[in-house]
Amino acid sequence: MTDPIVDPFDDYDAAPYFCELTAARQGDAGTPALLRSRIAAIGLDALRARAAAAENDLINLGITFTVYSEATAIDRILPFDCIPRILTAAEWRKLEAGVRQRVTAINAFLHDIYHERKLVKDGIVPGDLIFGNSNYRPEMEDFPVRFGTYVHICGIDIVRDQAGDFCVLEDNARTPSGVSYVVENRHLMHRAFPDLIAGMRLRPVDDYGRRLRQAMTEIAPEGVDDPQVVLLSPGIYNSAYFEHVFLSREMGVPLVEGADLIVEDDKVFMRTTGGRRPVHTIYRRISDDFLDPTVFRPESMLGVPGLIGAWRKGNVALANAVGTGVADDKAIYAYMPRIIRYYLDEDPILVNVPTHICREAEGLAYTLEHMDELVTKPVGESGGYGITIGPRATKAELDIARERIRKDPTNWISQPMIGLSVAPTLTDQGIRPRHLDLRPFAVTGKETWVLPGGLSRVALKEGSLVVNSSQGGGSKDTWVLVEE
Amino acid sequence: MNREAPLLARYAEGLFWMARYLERVENLARLVDVTQTFESPGREAESWYALVRINADEEGFAKRKLPLEAGAVKEFYLLDHENGTSVPASIEAARTNARQLRPLISTEMWMHMNMFHRDLISIQPEDLEGDRLSRLCARIKEGVQTLTGITEGTFFRDQGWFFYQLGRLIERADQTTRLLDIRYHLLVPVGLEERRVAELTQWGGVLRAAAGYHAFRRVAPPGFTPEDVVAFLLTDTAFPRSVLLCISQMEWHLGQLRSTYGLRGTVPALERVEEIRSALLARAVPELIADGLHEFLDALQRDLIMLAGEIGTAFFRDWRPLAAEQSQTQSASLQKAS
Repeated sequence: MTDPIVDPFDDYDAAPYFCELTAARQGDAGTPALLRSRIAAIGLDALRARAAAAENDLINLGITFTVYSEATAIDRILPFDCIPRILTAAEWRKLEAGVRQRVTAINAFLHDIYHERKLVKDGIVPGDLIFGNSNYRPEMEDFPVRFGTYVHICGIDIVRDQAGDFCVLEDNARTPSGVSYVVENRHLMHRAFPDLIAGMRLRPVDDYGRRLRQAMTEIAPEGVDDPQVVLLSPGIYNSAYFEHVFLSREMGVPLVEGADLIVEDDKVFMRTTGGRRPVHTIYRRISDDFLDPTVFRPESMLGVPGLIGAWRKGNVALANAVGTGVADDKAIYAYMPRIIRYYLDEDPILVNVPTHICREAEGLAYTLEHMDELVTKPVGESGGYGITIGPRATKAELDIARERIRKDPTNWISQPMIGLSVAPTLTDQGIRPRHLDLRPFAVTGKETWVLPGGLSRVALKEGSLVVNSSQGGGSKDTWVLVEE
Repeated sequence: MNREAPLLARYAEGLFWMARYLERVENLARLVDVTQTFESPGREAESWYALVRINADEEGFAKRKLPLEAGAVKEFYLLDHENGTSVPASIEAARTNARQLRPLISTEMWMHMNMFHRDLISIQPEDLEGDRLSRLCARIKEGVQTLTGITEGTFFRDQGWFFYQLGRLIERADQTTRLLDIRYHLLVPVGLEERRVAELTQWGGVLRAAAGYHAFRRVAPPGFTPEDVVAFLLTDTAFPRSVLLCISQMEWHLGQLRSTYGLRGTVPALERVEEIRSALLARAVPELIADGLHEFLDALQRDLIMLAGEIGTAFFRDWRPLAAEQSQTQSASLQKAS
C-alpha cells in the first residue's frame, strides 16, 4: 500500500474572491495549471523547507528593510511567498497601457498646475485642493523640466475586484519603493525553486537598472555629454536602504548621502578622493522637505544646502522633480479619471475605486452615514497607517474614526470595500487564499517604459487586506507571460 | 568602459576602516591565543593583564571595576560589546562600514560579513572555557581569513581596492608591534644563556601566533637568538606580518594611487613611510633593545597613527558632518589603543 498523493490544492477555496491562479482566463497558455501541478509534485513539506531556506538566504544577503518602533530598529526581510502570481499577456497589455496613460496624465497635470493652471480655470479640480495642498511647491512655478517629465519613477497600486477587473487604488509619484524586490524575487525564484520556473516563458524583469540609468542620462542638463548620475539616499538607517544600494548597483552609479555633495556657484559636486567632481542628475530617495535645508526644513541633515538653487539654475536634474506629491495625494486621486479625460481626451484604461471626498459636504455626509461599509483613509499618510476598514471594525473603532473625520474632514477620503483578489499562498495551514495587490513601476525620461509585472504584495494574515510591508505584508514573484 | 570612475571620499574612508577593523579582529584572536599559550602557572593574571596594557585599555578595564583575572580579560575582549576594542565591537564597526559600502563591495563579501558578524556578536561565556578558547580563536581567525580570500577573489580592483589594502596593512603593522610588545620584558640580557634558551620557547609562541614560526626557522641563522626573532618581526622583507613589509606594501599602494589614478596628495604619506622605514633600518636590533624596545615600539605606533592621519588628510579630508564624527570615533578607538 502506498500513501495517497495529496494535492495541496485539494482544500483550496478562494470563493468569493477572484483567484489569480485558479480563475479561468483567456490565453493563460496552460501556465497556471502547469504551475499547480509542479507545486503539487514538490509537496507541502518540501515546499515549506525550501521556502524557509530561501528566506534565510535573504537574511544572509541583507535583502532587508528596517522597521522602526519607538525604541528599536529591526532589520526584517520582506517575507517571500514561493507561489508566483501570473499575469497573462493580455492582462499585462491592458495594465501597461493603463499605467502609461496615467503617468502621461500625471505629468501633464503637474506641468499645468505649475504653469497655466488651465485645469483650475476650466473648473475640473478645485484650486484650493491643489494650491492649498501641503505638497504643492511654489518653487516649481514656471520652472521647466526636460521633456515635461516631473515623475520619472512612478509606482501605481492596482487591485483586482471580485469580477477580476483591475482598478487603481493609489498613485505613488514621489519616491515609490519596492522595485528591488521585483528583481530579487525573480532571482530567488531561480535559485530556490528552479523546478517551478524552468521553461516558463516569462517577460524578464532585470532590465530595470539599465532603463533607469538611461532615463537619468536623458534628463541631465542639456549640453552635458557624459552626465554623472548619482543616487541620493538618506543613508544606512533608512528603511529602504537596501533598495537604494540595489538601484545604485543596477545603474552603476555612486550612492551618495547629502554630506557627499556640495554646491558651489550653483553647481553640484561630489566629494571624491581626487577632489570635487561635477554631478548632473540626482535620483533622490529623499523627500522634498529634506532636500535642501536652505529652502525647506532648516534642520534637515540629510539634504544638500543650495541644491534647489543649483536645480533652478538648470545645472542639475532631480528625479523625481520637486512638488510631485500634489499629484499622488489621495484627494487628487478622486479626480484622476477627469484629469485623464481633460488632458488626453481619452477614457481611463484603468478605472479608479469610487472615492468620496470628505472635504466636500456631499462626500462627508455619505461617509459618515456609511462608515460601516466604507474604508476610510487619511489623505496625507502612507504605509497603510490610519486606515479603518468599516465592515471589519468594531462599533467603538467606528466611533473613533467618525470623530476623527468630523474633526478634520479635509484630511479624509472614503472608498467602498473592494473584495480584493486572492492568490494561493503557502501558510502554516497549507495553501490558502490571501489578498494581494500589484505595484507596476514606470520609468520616464523622454518616453515611458513600464517594467513587466511589478511588485505583488500579499497580506499574509488570513482575511487581511493590508499588504504593506510595515504591517505584515509579504511579496510574490510576478510572472508576465510572453505573447503566444 | 569607464575606467576613470571617481571614488567617493566616504567610500575610501569606509574601505580603509573596514579593513582595519577586520585585521584588528584577526589580531585580537592571535593575541588572546598567544596569551593563553604563555599563561605561566601562578602568574596567569599577570599574563592576561599584559593584553590590557599593550592595547592601552587600562582605563576602560578599570572603569568596569573588573578583577585582575584571566576570566575578566577574556570577557573584556571577547564578550563585552561596550568595550570599543573588543572583538564584538570591532566586528560591529567593520559591518557598519561594510553597510555603507554595499554599493561597492561584492555581494559575496557582504554575505560573509553578515554571517561572520552574526557569529561573533553571539560568542557565549562557555566558548571561553578551557580548550574551547583556542578553538574560538581559530574560528575568529578563519572568519577574517575567509573574508580576506573572498575580497581577494571578488572585489573589483579599482581605487577602492587600494584603500582597503592600505587599511589592512597599517593595522597589521600596528598589531605586529603589539604582539612584540607583549613579550618585550622577556628579553634577557646577553650572557644568561640558560634563561635565553628557555625564553626561546616563548618566542616560538609569539612566532606561531603571528603565523611565522616555520618561515622564521627557514631563514634564521643557526644558533638564533631572541634578537633574531625581533628582527624577523620588525624588518623581514618576506614575512607578511613584518612591519617593514607592511610599510613597503603601503608605499607601493600609495604610489599606485598616484600613478594610476592621478591622486595627488600622496606625498606627505609617502614621506612618512620613508621615515618609518629609516627608523626600522637605522639601528641593529641589539642596539634597539639596548635603548629600550618598548619605547621604540611606542614611537613606531605613534608614527603609524600619523601615517593614517596623512592618508586621511589627503583623501578623506573633504568629507564632513556625519563621517567626520565617525572618523573621529574610529581614530579615537585606535589611538586609545596605542
